[in-house]
Amino acid sequence: MSEPLEYSRKSKNDHPPARYEGYKSTVHRSPQRKPIKIEHTLTEVTGPLFKNEKIDAGESDLSIVDGQEAQGQRIYVSGKVLDEDGKPVPNTLIEIWQCNAAGRYKHAVDQHPAPLDPNFTGKGRIVSNEKGEYKFTTIKPGAYPWGNHYNAWRPAHIHFSLFGPAFATRLITQMYFPDDPLFAFDPIFNSISDEAVRKRMISKFDLDTTEPDFALSFKFDFVLRGREATPFEGQD
Amino acid sequence: MSKLGITASQTVGPFLTIALKADGQEYIVPETVEGALKLSGRVYDGEGQVVPDAVIEIWQANIFGKYDHPEDTSDFEIINDFSGFGRSCTDKDGHFFFITLKPGRVPGRGNTLQAPHVSVNVFARGMLKQQVTRIYFSDEVKANTEDSVLNSIDDDSARNTLIAQRKEGNDGILEYTFDIHLQGKMETVFFDV
Ligand SMILES: [Fe+2]
Repeated sequence: MSEPLEYSRKSKNDHPPARYEGYKSTVHRSPQRKPIKIEHTLTEVTGPLFKNEKIDAGESDLSIVDGQEAQGQRIYVSGKVLDEDGKPVPNTLIEIWQCNAAGRYKHAVDQHPAPLDPNFTGKGRIVSNEKGEYKFTTIKPGAYPWGNHYNAWRPAHIHFSLFGPAFATRLITQMYFPDDPLFAFDPIFNSISDEAVRKRMISKFDLDTTEPDFALSFKFDFVLRGREATPFEGQD
Repeated sequence: MSKLGITASQTVGPFLTIALKADGQEYIVPETVEGALKLSGRVYDGEGQVVPDAVIEIWQANIFGKYDHPEDTSDFEIINDFSGFGRSCTDKDGHFFFITLKPGRVPGRGNTLQAPHVSVNVFARGMLKQQVTRIYFSDEVKANTEDSVLNSIDDDSARNTLIAQRKEGNDGILEYTFDIHLQGKMETVFFDV
C-alpha cells in the first residue's frame, strides 16, 4: 500500500500559540514540551464523516424556537468550506454556538447580568452541501464582558466547529463581524500575531445576499488544511 | 498554484457545552456489547487543578483495524454500527469517559503495523487550539514495543503518559484509566500532526 499523502504542515503556523499571556487562562493550560511530530498514517488522514447523523433542516435556523422569534437583528451567515487549494469540502458537519443579541449565553456559567431570551438557545448544526456551501439564519450576537482583565469585553463572535475529511483537518474557531471596535482590545483575537491571518476570521457584510425586509447577510468562507502535494508528486 | 490561507483556530471558550454536549455521544458502542470497555480519566492543568470545561474527542479504527473512511482501502470489514468517533465534555471534576471497543492494529508507515490506539483531540477554555494525543493500552505490551510513534519517544515516563492503564479485579466491563495533564511534571505527550 502506498503511504498516505500528508496534510499540509506549513499552514499550521497560522494558528495561535498554545500560550499567550494576554489570555491568562492559557498560562496553566499550555503544554511546555514541544509536540512530537507524527508523519501522517491512516489514523491522521481518516476521520469521522457523520454519514448517519440525523440533522433537522430547522437546526440551521437559530432565530426561531418553537415558532417564537428571538430578539435582535436577524442575519444570515453563509459561505463555503474550502481547502487550501480552493476545493470545496462537501458533506462536512458544522456546529455553532453563540450568545444572544444582549451578549448572554444560555449557560449556567454565564453570570453576565444581561437578559436571557426564552426564544434563543444559541446552538445550531448543518452539513455543507455538495459544493461545500452552508447557510445559517441567526441573530447577531452581542458583545459580552469577561474576567480576563479589567473592563474586558469580547468582540461579537460565533463559535464554529468543523471536521473536514480527516482527523488532521479538525478545526474549532470563532467568526467575527466587520469593523468591531473591540478587536484592538481582545487578547483571544490578538493571540494571532499576523494581521492578515486575523483578518481572515472576520466575516464580510454582503448586500447581495441580504433579504429585503427580512435579514442582513454576512459571508464567511472557511479554509481547512489541504494536502501537502498533489497525488502525482512523490508518490509510489 | 497559490494556496488559500487557512482559517486559524480560536478557543472553545467556557460555553462549549451549548453545542458540543449531547446525550450518548460517549458511547461508541452500548455497554452491553461483548468486549465493551470503559476508557476514562480526568483533565488537569499545570497547577494540578481539574479542568471542568474541556471537551475530549476520540477517533479510532474498529476491532479489525479498519477506519470507516474511504481512504482506508484495506480489505478489512467496516462495521456499520461502529463510527469510531466519540465526544465527552468534562464534568465539574474534570472527568471524561467513553464506552468503546479496543481497536485492531492499523498500518503505520513503511509496511509496519501500529499498536492498537485511539486518537484524541483535546479542547478547552484557555486553549487557543486543540492538543492532539493518543491512547494506547497497557495490556498490549508486545504491540506497543513495535509501534513507531511510541518508539519515537525516548523518555520512558513521557511514553507512559500515552498508555491507558487497565484496572485489575473489577467484575463489570473492562476499564482503562487515562488522565490528561495539559502541563507540568506529568505533562501528557502531545503530537504535531
Ligand atoms: Fe464566546
